[in-house]
Amino acid sequence: MKRVLIAGAVVVLLAFSLWFVVGNFKAKWSGVDESVVEKFAEQANRPPQKPLIDIGEGDLPLFCFLVAGAAGGFIAGYYFRELFPPKSKAKADAKSV
Amino acid sequence: MGKILLRKAGINYMKSGKIMVLWLLGAVVLLLPDRAWAMHISEGILPAHWAVLWFVLSAPFVAWGLRDLRLRSEQVPHFKPLVGLVGAAVFIISCMPIPVPTAGTCSHPCGTGLAAILIGPWLTVVVTSVALVLQALFLAHGGVTTLGANIFSMGVAGAFVGYGVFHLARRLGAGWVLAAFLAGLLSDWATYTATSFELASALHGDSSLGALFVAILVAFVPTQLPLGIFEGFLSAGAYRFIYTRRPELLQKPVGGLS
Repeated sequence: MKRVLIAGAVVVLLAFSLWFVVGNFKAKWSGVDESVVEKFAEQANRPPQKPLIDIGEGDLPLFCFLVAGAAGGFIAGYYFRELFPPKSKAKADAKSV
Repeated sequence: MGKILLRKAGINYMKSGKIMVLWLLGAVVLLLPDRAWAMHISEGILPAHWAVLWFVLSAPFVAWGLRDLRLRSEQVPHFKPLVGLVGAAVFIISCMPIPVPTAGTCSHPCGTGLAAILIGPWLTVVVTSVALVLQALFLAHGGVTTLGANIFSMGVAGAFVGYGVFHLARRLGAGWVLAAFLAGLLSDWATYTATSFELASALHGDSSLGALFVAILVAFVPTQLPLGIFEGFLSAGAYRFIYTRRPELLQKPVGGLS
């Protein structure tokens, strides 16, 4: 019952999010760096410069973020398994001790 | 026979759960925009003397955090895996753009409030610095010259506010879920308040520092107000998970401020 309630809440939340997204369909979805930080920086004549290692435009930044996310996820998963072993493994370890 | 069927049903249930997680991960990846900047101050925005000042202010926190890491790793056996997990989580969370439907913009949580509760504020500065260096070098996410300012806002301000709020709330009698929620919420807002101050102090020129500070802070509000609440729930959920699975990880380790 509890799981059904949680699943229902998630569905309602997703539906609301979708409704807001459709409402903001023409929004650019830019980051606050662009809509806030860069806006004020440009007003003060300090526009951002190119990054030290420019990962360019197009799909390359997407690829870089994907690799970074995958590597970070792998490391997090590795340590997570070490800290929170599956219950069967934890029981086996406890028996061997 | 019945047992075999039940076991098969259990395996199928687990498989369908894994498939659902994979679908969700795929959806998140597909929804990633081509750039994911948020509070990170980009290259060249801060004048040189301000960039140096923020490096100087951040450096002692990083140095003390490294000392803390060495001491506590020697004393607590599970400490390094915990720091590794928290570091990876901060890295992922702080480069994960989340669309805020009410504002039509994207931003990211920081994860430093939760990190500060788990490993202490000094070590949170260290893991945040590592995450920010990697993001600045390989993801064009924040600048190298502005690294000191970004460490100060996300690492120092976010971590110490989150840690302080959590312990203050506990002392005032709040439950640990509420305390973790407040830590996540206020550490997020503290990070963006610090970023607003860094920008305003460097860019105000002849105009009023206070007016520009308030203008930048107000511009952050539509996006960060809901995202801070999201970060509060994220912190409370993660804290609850650890509390129920391995509460000993939340005990105060010897020799460290956590």
